[in-house]
Amino acid sequence: MEPIIQVKDLAVNFKAFAGTVQAVRGVSFDLFKGETLAIVGESGSGKSVTIKTLLGILPKNGHIASGEILYNGNDLTKYSEKDFYAIRGKKISLVFQDPLSALNPIMKIGKQITEALILSKSVDKAHAKDRAIELMTQVGIPQPEIRYDEYPFQFSGGMRQRIVIAIALASNPEILICDEPTTALDVTIQAKILELIKDLKKKDDLSIIFITHDMGVVANMADRICVMYAGRIVEYGTAEEIFYEPAHPYTWALLSAMPDLDTEDELFAIPGAPPNMLQPPKGDAFAARNKFALEIDYEEEPPYFKISDTHYAATWLLHPDAPHVEMPESLAHRIAKMRKRNGI
Amino acid sequence: MTHNENEHALLEVKNLCMYFTTKKRGKKNVVKAVDDVSFKVYAGETFGIVGESGCGKTTCGRTIIRLYDPSAGDILMNGKSIAGKMTKDLRKEITDNIAMIFQDPIASLNPRMTVQEIIGEGLKIRGIEDPAEREKMVLDMLWKVGLQPEHATRYPHEFSGGQRQRIGIARALIVKPKIVIADEPVSALDVSVQAQVINLLNSLKSELGLTVIFIAHNLSVVKYFCDRIAVMYYGKLVELADSDELFAHPCHPYTKALLSAIPLPDPISERTRIRISYEPSPRTDDSEPLSYHNISEGHTIYCTDSEFEEIMKELGKE
Repeated sequence: MEPIIQVKDLAVNFKAFAGTVQAVRGVSFDLFKGETLAIVGESGSGKSVTIKTLLGILPKNGHIASGEILYNGNDLTKYSEKDFYAIRGKKISLVFQDPLSALNPIMKIGKQITEALILSKSVDKAHAKDRAIELMTQVGIPQPEIRYDEYPFQFSGGMRQRIVIAIALASNPEILICDEPTTALDVTIQAKILELIKDLKKKDDLSIIFITHDMGVVANMADRICVMYAGRIVEYGTAEEIFYEPAHPYTWALLSAMPDLDTEDELFAIPGAPPNMLQPPKGDAFAARNKFALEIDYEEEPPYFKISDTHYAATWLLHPDAPHVEMPESLAHRIAKMRKRNGI
Repeated sequence: MTHNENEHALLEVKNLCMYFTTKKRGKKNVVKAVDDVSFKVYAGETFGIVGESGCGKTTCGRTIIRLYDPSAGDILMNGKSIAGKMTKDLRKEITDNIAMIFQDPIASLNPRMTVQEIIGEGLKIRGIEDPAEREKMVLDMLWKVGLQPEHATRYPHEFSGGQRQRIGIARALIVKPKIVIADEPVSALDVSVQAQVINLLNSLKSELGLTVIFIAHNLSVVKYFCDRIAVMYYGKLVELADSDELFAHPCHPYTKALLSAIPLPDPISERTRIRISYEPSPRTDDSEPLSYHNISEGHTIYCTDSEFEEIMKELGKE
């Protein structure tokens, strides 16, 4: 499979009053055609900054310190604002977290979709309305002809998110980036929106980068998963590998921090708080919160250790000389139960 | 945990209604945020209220602590009504016994007060005038919720989200309430911090013998945390059962839909999972009346008589 986007050793810094915030510190990943890549992490882990860099919408105080983003052989980090016009919202579209603030409150829904259609030059003005109604039908809006002339406040949260998705799809993009698209929605609506994104992906052959902190949503959507912590990808692999054979202590913590429906014991909470990225800690950024941390974790940043062809993790625990450490018992127990349920 | 009908309920909500009226171009519009809701909360238990946004779960909690004046119905605490006209004595009665933990730890703390002032305010109101005594109690409480004594003189903005929620919890618990209403206490927090706060609430609950009304939309958290769960849908309480019973035998179609929508951290079974959706037929004035039916002991469902018969028939088959 051919990667459609290659991010290589990307580092992004922000100038703040107190100094330089190292939001992203050497992130590399490939997005293959037709796959859903999920980036998981807590707030402040750098997942949103990574995709903002990808679309060239970093705030003014942010700059790319190093690395490259290859899209069709072109390096997006070298692109000027003008160059981005040809890509942003046309080849690569973005679905935001909060559908209300992503829509213009005083512009009719129909106009907001046709605006995107006309700007992307995918249809001419005369046919824009027909195409907009077609898109609204596609994303599951009932009575699109009537809804076309309504304003965002007349739509429910789930319907608004459908409109945002329709606008993102207006230009027939190759890549859809979803930044926590369902965090603001209820579980029942969330399930429907996720189903919609999956259907659209199949039909339009989209490649999706899906950003979230909800491991349940990730399990539903992702083909491959990158787990981010403090500006680095600490583990990546296929969805099965991350959920059934997690290797990084942070992934263990993330998976066992939320109760599932069978949890009875005390939850495995990660002590402390994420590090201050003004002065990222020496060595492994997670070491201070990690009860399995080795001495070397405080000295030197761990490289990626290969677990399988698709599964890598950056933790010294995988070094051949490291002591053998088992994942927390509650998590091991949960995985065993999952295996049994699915017959593997 | 099943409860005997005659067992003494710490809090009883009887046919509670909370309507909001809006006027739009002279036309009155009534929103029935909470409509005919009844339940009992027993001492020492954790009672969960779940439902999607707009279903009235928050309004229900806020009406119990009398942030709103109920439109109809009654709220009994220890057998005594607290739904009547708000007098000074009644307010004291309510705030002495019920405390609230809010969802947003940033908005619910006054940015101009230090942590000590925020937590100690309730003590001041309750007539503990001696500053030294207040300080001792505040520091004690800070330690209980996992904060340090030196945090007492700081302001809310100096804390992370999880720490702020701990301050909110300390403020609620310092007046030694019998009942704590926790309105989405963890949904604004990061995953790793959520677990810390849930563990804290859990240990405080058993340490202080609290009765908790836990309002949330995250079903896995509610299942983990609560003894009994009430499911709300559009202002109505549609199903009420012990948490294990509710998840094992959901009866109301909305509960079934809600349970099937929970995302679970298992990619293989997620891919093949079947989601149920619930689209109720619109109700008119002459449709069959809804009422509470008992499915088994402690398991109540709110539906029409014919729906109830159907559900019982289905259960009989199993």
